[in-house]
Amino acid sequence: MAAPMSSPHAQGSNRTRTIMLQVLGATAPGIALMTWFFGWGTLINILLASTCAIGFEAAILRLRRRPIGFYLNDGSALVTAWLLALALPPYAPWWLVLVAIGFAITFGKHLYGGLGQNPFNPAMLGYAMVLVSFPMEMTSWPVWRGIEQLQPAFAPTLGLMEGLQRVFMPGSLPADGWATATALDLLKNNSALTMAELQQAQPAFGSMAGRAWEWVALAYLAGGLYLLYKRIYSWHAPVGMLGALAVMSLLFWNGSGSGSNGSPLFHLLGGATILGAFFIATDPVTSATSNRGRLVFGIGIGVLVYVIRVWGNYPDAVAFAVLLMNLCAPTIDYYTTPRTYGHRKAKRGLGKGAE
Amino acid sequence: MSIILTAVVILLILALIFGALLGYAAIRFRVEGDPIVEQINALLPQTQCGQCGHPGCKPYAEGIANGEPINKCPPGGETTIQALADLLDVEALPLDGEHGEEKPRTVAFIREAECIGCTKCIQACPVDAILGAAKHMHTVIVDECTGCDLCVEPCPVDCIDMLPIAVTPQNWGWDFPRPAHQLIATDAQRGAA
Amino acid sequence: MTAQPRIWDIPGGIHPPQNKHQSTARGLEQMPLPARLVLPLLQHIGNRAVPVVQIGERVLKGQLIAEANGPLSCPVHAPTSGIVRAIEPAPYPHASGLAELAIILESDGQDEWTELRPLLDYRDEQPLNLLDRIRAAGISGLGGAGFPTAVKLASRPDHHIDTLIINGTECEPYITADDMTMRHRAPQIVAGIEVLMHILKPDQVLIGIEDNKPEAIAAMREAVGERPMQVVVIPTKYPSGGEKQLIQILTGKEVPSGGLPADIGILCQNVGTALAVHDAVLLGRPLISRITTLTGAALERPTNVEALIGTPIADLLAFAGLRQNRLYRLVMGGPMMGFTLLDSSAPIIKTSNCLLAGTIEELPPPPPALPCIRCGLCAEACPAELLPQQLHWFAIGKDYEQLQRQNLFDCIECGACAYVCPSSIPLVQYFRAGKAEIRGIELQQSRAEHSRQRFEQRQERLEREAEQRELERQARAEKAARAKAAREAQAAQQQTEQSEQATEPKPAEPDLARIQSRKVTTLSAEQKQLKIAAATARMALQRAQKQLAANPDNADLQAQIPTLEQAFTQAQQAFDAQMSDQEKQ
Repeated sequence: MAAPMSSPHAQGSNRTRTIMLQVLGATAPGIALMTWFFGWGTLINILLASTCAIGFEAAILRLRRRPIGFYLNDGSALVTAWLLALALPPYAPWWLVLVAIGFAITFGKHLYGGLGQNPFNPAMLGYAMVLVSFPMEMTSWPVWRGIEQLQPAFAPTLGLMEGLQRVFMPGSLPADGWATATALDLLKNNSALTMAELQQAQPAFGSMAGRAWEWVALAYLAGGLYLLYKRIYSWHAPVGMLGALAVMSLLFWNGSGSGSNGSPLFHLLGGATILGAFFIATDPVTSATSNRGRLVFGIGIGVLVYVIRVWGNYPDAVAFAVLLMNLCAPTIDYYTTPRTYGHRKAKRGLGKGAE
Repeated sequence: MSIILTAVVILLILALIFGALLGYAAIRFRVEGDPIVEQINALLPQTQCGQCGHPGCKPYAEGIANGEPINKCPPGGETTIQALADLLDVEALPLDGEHGEEKPRTVAFIREAECIGCTKCIQACPVDAILGAAKHMHTVIVDECTGCDLCVEPCPVDCIDMLPIAVTPQNWGWDFPRPAHQLIATDAQRGAA
Repeated sequence: MTAQPRIWDIPGGIHPPQNKHQSTARGLEQMPLPARLVLPLLQHIGNRAVPVVQIGERVLKGQLIAEANGPLSCPVHAPTSGIVRAIEPAPYPHASGLAELAIILESDGQDEWTELRPLLDYRDEQPLNLLDRIRAAGISGLGGAGFPTAVKLASRPDHHIDTLIINGTECEPYITADDMTMRHRAPQIVAGIEVLMHILKPDQVLIGIEDNKPEAIAAMREAVGERPMQVVVIPTKYPSGGEKQLIQILTGKEVPSGGLPADIGILCQNVGTALAVHDAVLLGRPLISRITTLTGAALERPTNVEALIGTPIADLLAFAGLRQNRLYRLVMGGPMMGFTLLDSSAPIIKTSNCLLAGTIEELPPPPPALPCIRCGLCAEACPAELLPQQLHWFAIGKDYEQLQRQNLFDCIECGACAYVCPSSIPLVQYFRAGKAEIRGIELQQSRAEHSRQRFEQRQERLEREAEQRELERQARAEKAARAKAAREAQAAQQQTEQSEQATEPKPAEPDLARIQSRKVTTLSAEQKQLKIAAATARMALQRAQKQLAANPDNADLQAQIPTLEQAFTQAQQAFDAQMSDQEKQ
């Protein structure tokens, strides 16, 4: 004890690792439902992604000459891997997972200095990278359990061996009948049918936002509420994002004709909205830092998601919206600093000397 | 023909208007800045030690304003060089060893029993921090001493010591924590403070 | 008894395990008289006190042994009767672990009081006289910071204090000293508050106590009775007891940044301080003892003691049954804001409210810090509504400008942020170091500015002197010229008058020539050497004589004097001889 130890001498029991493990745990309902609807694909994705993530993380830590065990132990690589695996379509080919994870861990995280230093959400960076590079593979979502009763042409992939085959030897199985476009895709490409007709013609629509999807979204919502309850993060980012998305979709909802942009419920429960709101937008490292800032950050994501979904080129937009807002987070921070005790006003803005 | 004339006239008028506007703005919104020498002088440590080769900090500030290197001030050390580099938007050079090395701040201490009261140190002190009259021993006003060393040389009986300032509970301060893992060079640099 | 007044909530805050019951079971014990007391001269914020006793002198209990040095200072009194053994740097309870000048008092076991002058009818006194009494009693805040109480009471003479807050919150885990003070000394505390009320004339008096101290609340309520004071029970939350936080809880107002509570008409005093004020005014006793909590799992019988200021910590720990092998970390103060002690021979001082002898399970070493993931839990815990994660970021980068922009100096170092940090980052240390660094830079800047001014003043003075000399020289030259002109005119007149007795050299000229020639030729190298030798010899002689005057018994010096005298005479004679030789030539 040569150097004096600074107070406090007591510490709470919260640890980074605990937080990461709780986030992982909160994805369980979503994973369970996805597995039920889409078969083993999700689990294979997760397993594959986790292995790759740990491998990449260890290799780069070694290259950077950091203690591997110490940093692997924090569980942050696993969180990146799981979230990315959940965002990728089940039964994505193995090389897709490898490339996405490799890019996320290397370029998304360690090139910036590792945990806590990255400006962009690594999972979303990996996702966006493969989405731009391999649009074919990224838009082939498998059909869900129960579709064969509605449309006999489809056959969901449910068996483990079949699943493994799809992942590791994608060419060896018939390419038709196991995958389809998502509801968001359909809405985007629709120009002639009314919503009711779409729902009639396309079983993918389900009752609200795509069959199977809406249930998975509700499962993620449950996980997210659990994390909120455990105070892993505050409500600001998810509420901001979902609120903004709801408001946008209400404002621009063109009824249920063929020019409809989709109902608020469709947008809230469709695509990766809920997963993004509770598991991506809440990533503390890459979001704004104060509660007010997080609210603004969430609102920004919600607005961008809607803008890109409706007027952009991509059917879903959570990844791009999050990345764009990641870019804005430091600026948001400068303008949302809370007022400190004893000050009449908060010091906002970049300030002298800030760049 | 008339079109060209009109165009020229219009352009001329525009030029006049904008010129007048700019001229007005230049006068109206003129920013009164400190002259650069004052700004430089404000960054120098004001020890007036002359180690840079100038008789005081202000002359060195003038020298820097005229393009002299910014790395000739040992008492200011790296911090001053960095501040000057920021102010003048030039590259921060390492301290020029020719003028001395950066040392912790010291104060002069006169061993009064040995002082013969020659007043030579009083004349040498750039900030009048030494008290005393001829043939009476002298003392240093510790709070005023800049630790410049200039009084040591002239003392005929070598009774002036430069002592480092002692750390007491009153002036002690916390150090930055060391990083948990000091593994590569950049870590070590960041942690040392 | 009026109804509970409205209270406000503070942002942030945490609920660490209380650990208060351990030390409250044994009541308030009296610490036996220690054999040796260490009385640091700096037990408060401000200037070090100046000793007024000699080594070897016998002092009585309560006698002044060091007086205040300037207005922001506090005197020190002898806690018991005994002999002053030394005045030297001694172990000192401070985070730095550095020694501090202290008076070492060896007690004679008689505990003999000096004459006390109680003042029972203080209501007839002028508040200023009471302030003097409080100042003379050496009272500085007993809550922790140790700000001289008299200075605090008079901090804003132009502001009326409308609310006097008595802080009995004691929000930090483990510490029960204020709790015990209130349980066992409630009537005296209330009497002390009345003295403060007489000085300040506040409109209301609020006594804030956390709801985890029901006995203290009951005792205080009983002691207050029908007096115009209100005991306000506030929810238990750390750090409600911080001065700024308590003010916010009780009044909803905030102390302006960089200001004092007095700026908003509020003054806050600790219950221990109120007790000390009672002792000083009504009993005439200076502050020589205090109630301190001794706690921690390394102690066999954790308790609260009333101990003399200056009692070595080792004695107190021994009294509470220290199990040395279990001790891992010794903390003065609580686990949230206290500091580790490296040397248990240091004494307790006026601000020491707790000694926490923690085991390794109780106060485990902090795990290695992980990178900040900006989770924001620290910002949620911060009672000052700072963003510790941002401050940490800028502290790592040493961006002092941004640190100040982020209001680093509004951090009260309560440690709530570091407590909740999942990455175990020693945030408080970063902030303390950042503050120290910024203060250092500011000090250096003001010093540089000061030096620059002095340098410029000196330059001006030198110029002025040079100008003055130049003017004088010119004046002399003019005078000489005038004199010369006058002489010449006279000479011309004489010439005209005595034209026959023409060209004869003026009588003055040969003299002038001689002096000039002597000046010009000056001294040869040989003469110069001789002159220097003579001067050196004279200096050596004078110095020896001076030293001899100071030390008349020095035989060596006595022996030296004749030799030096001889040397000087010889040198002087040689020089004189040379000079006269030259003159003859």
